[in-house]
Amino acid sequence: MRGKLMAGAAAFLFALSANPAWAVEQSRPAAQDWSFSGVFGVFDRAAQQRGFQVYQQVCAACHSLKLVHYRDLAALGYADDEVKAFAAGKEVQDGPNDAGEMFTRPALPSDHFVSPFANAQVARAANNGALPPDLSLITKARKGGADYLYALLVGYADPPEGMELMEGMSYNPYFAGRQIAMPPPLAEGAVEFADGTPATVEQMAADVTTFLAWASEPDLEERKRLGIKVILFLLVLTGLLYASKRKVWSDLH
Amino acid sequence: MSAPQWKNPIVRWIDYRMPIFTLIHHDLVDYPTPRNLNYWWNFGSLAGFLLVVMIVTGVMLAMHYTPHVDLAFVSVERIMRDVNYGWLIRYLHMNGGSMFFLVVYIHVFRGLYYGSYKAPRELLWMLGVVILILMMATAFMGYVLPWGQMSFWAATVITNLFSAFPVVGESVVHWLWGGFSVDNPTLNRFFSLHYLLPFVIFGLVFLHLWALHTHKSNNPLGIDVKGPQDTIPFHPYYTAKDMFGMAVLLLVYLAFVFFAPNFFTEPDNYIPADPMVTPHQIVPEWYLLPFYAILRAVPNKLGGVVLMFASILILFVLPWLDTSKVKSARFRPIYKQLFWILVVDCIALGWVGANRPEGVYIVIGRIATAYYFVHFLILVPLVGWLERPRPLPESIGAPVLGGGGAAVGATPKPMEKA
Ligand code: HEC
Ligand code: HEM
Repeated sequence: MRGKLMAGAAAFLFALSANPAWAVEQSRPAAQDWSFSGVFGVFDRAAQQRGFQVYQQVCAACHSLKLVHYRDLAALGYADDEVKAFAAGKEVQDGPNDAGEMFTRPALPSDHFVSPFANAQVARAANNGALPPDLSLITKARKGGADYLYALLVGYADPPEGMELMEGMSYNPYFAGRQIAMPPPLAEGAVEFADGTPATVEQMAADVTTFLAWASEPDLEERKRLGIKVILFLLVLTGLLYASKRKVWSDLH
Repeated sequence: MSAPQWKNPIVRWIDYRMPIFTLIHHDLVDYPTPRNLNYWWNFGSLAGFLLVVMIVTGVMLAMHYTPHVDLAFVSVERIMRDVNYGWLIRYLHMNGGSMFFLVVYIHVFRGLYYGSYKAPRELLWMLGVVILILMMATAFMGYVLPWGQMSFWAATVITNLFSAFPVVGESVVHWLWGGFSVDNPTLNRFFSLHYLLPFVIFGLVFLHLWALHTHKSNNPLGIDVKGPQDTIPFHPYYTAKDMFGMAVLLLVYLAFVFFAPNFFTEPDNYIPADPMVTPHQIVPEWYLLPFYAILRAVPNKLGGVVLMFASILILFVLPWLDTSKVKSARFRPIYKQLFWILVVDCIALGWVGANRPEGVYIVIGRIATAYYFVHFLILVPLVGWLERPRPLPESIGAPVLGGGGAAVGATPKPMEKA
């Protein structure tokens, strides 16, 4: 009976983990060693800041980050006036004012990140008909998460012999269908990092992935920190409850 | 087991007018429970605990959630990002749903193994099946609330099933939707019902317990309690055991909540619903996958829908399909094998449900579906007649206390020794 139980449990876990396989028209991204993975994982602050710079200077031209506030950047280690300055670099529409008119003003830390396009139609019109998705949840919204995002960003290549790309498309084996409407966003030296780190494609890709993983899961660090305390507490509690159960039952055997 | 004498004057005053303390005493303290229950009997109290967790976290989510197609997704993300410990509340609710089903499925299979559905517990069992059906409806509608891609498309696929019914099908679907597609009215009614049904479940759990306490728990030997030597008071024995079980459940549950909160969910549900873009694959949550597989095993839509409903409804008549008088599989060598084959069959169905209906999955899905029905409709009645059960022990107390009963299989195995 025991053996069967174990077999049953194993089969059950297998069934749970048996997610649909990677589609044939897409390569499996390699697993990377992220600062934020694992039970004790935290975001590498320097990588987050560099990644924010990559997002600002490259991706923000096409991709919005609507769910993030400027004030959230304090979590990357920026001081209040730095956050204010980042926000003030963008204009937002506000109003109506007392005269009933809409007006624009510099963004405040309490504003969400300002989107590059006013609506999806403009965004499509500017991108060959393709819609650059909002990146606020990108590592949670794709199978493979951060590994996928990194693989996608560094994965551009020449199409294999005989493959005909559609107008305006680039070859990327990690994207479903292998043709993507996003032109290779990163080129060697596309940004100049404030901390002097050489801006290779791999470096920028890893950094912007770290930044976007944080944007997707700003709760991650607090969650894991609290989780460790909770689990340690529960281990002790479980031990105590087991001991008291044994004690209570001891007069029966 | 006479009524206790209450010392506290306030307690005495209340109890005289409404004997609630006496009731609690009879049903949670003095309550005579078979002395040989193993850890599989912990799962009922665990399910009750999770129902409370779901209601508490759900009510807190509802304070911040907005049931509108333009705002639902963002409101859930506001809970995750801007509400204090909102991420914790939501992850507790999301993973709580999975834990709830895991616990309830184990609870149900426990019943199948030890024959707990047999007389005089048929009604108890049937109330359980009603609870299971309502849980599925509740969870399905909850899955729709965050209004992600899977929410929208799962709602579309599942509500469309009703169009399979001849003549009235289409009207029923439009009536469910409150319009001509899954849209804001659909989301609103799903939220309303998702809030309501857990309380209906709560009421049914009371009836379930009422039925339970009328004839008391079954036990691993599946034989009746013969007298006081076979039972122990619920408190402190089973309260202590249930507390320990609850701590173990919390360890598993919270490990998911804190370290792998999205393990059970589809990434696509973090993409806002878009009626113009169909996801690569539309899948329900893992706990509905076996039923999804049965649905898709039949090439005909109506046939699939009927079989899917039948696969649950069949549980209602199981007490009459099982012709064996012996309850516990421990004394039923053939039924015991069939039980484990059924477990594997259900896991296979879940696995098929998670994959696109192509190639080998179609074949496995059909075989597994057919076997599911063969098990209940043919094998269970037949084996009840043909099988020669092993001799039953004299009483619960005898073998446990080590005296008398020398029957095979009656000595408690280490796992069951609690
Ligand atoms: C010139 C505009 C442009 C820039 C700059 C750009 N992207 Fe994109 N991106 C797009 C478009 C267009 C798509 C949609 C592609 C499609 O659907 O084929 C896209 C899609 C994506 C996707 C979604 C892929 C998927 O699985 O659906 C990700 C992730 C992404 N971009 C990340 C980035 C990052 C990170 C940067 C900055 C390093 C960046 N993009 C810069 C235009 C851009
Ligand atoms: C039987 C108990 C319950 C079950 C099985 C259940 C199940 C679920 C599921 C599966 C989700 C989707 C999770 C996600 O992907 O986000 C959900 C969401 C939700 N539930 Fe429940 N639920 C239960 C009780 C309740 C109760 C009692 C309430 C409120 C009174 C509630 C309120 C909500 C709200 C507001 C959401 C949307 C927010 C979100 O998606 O996290 N639930 N529920």
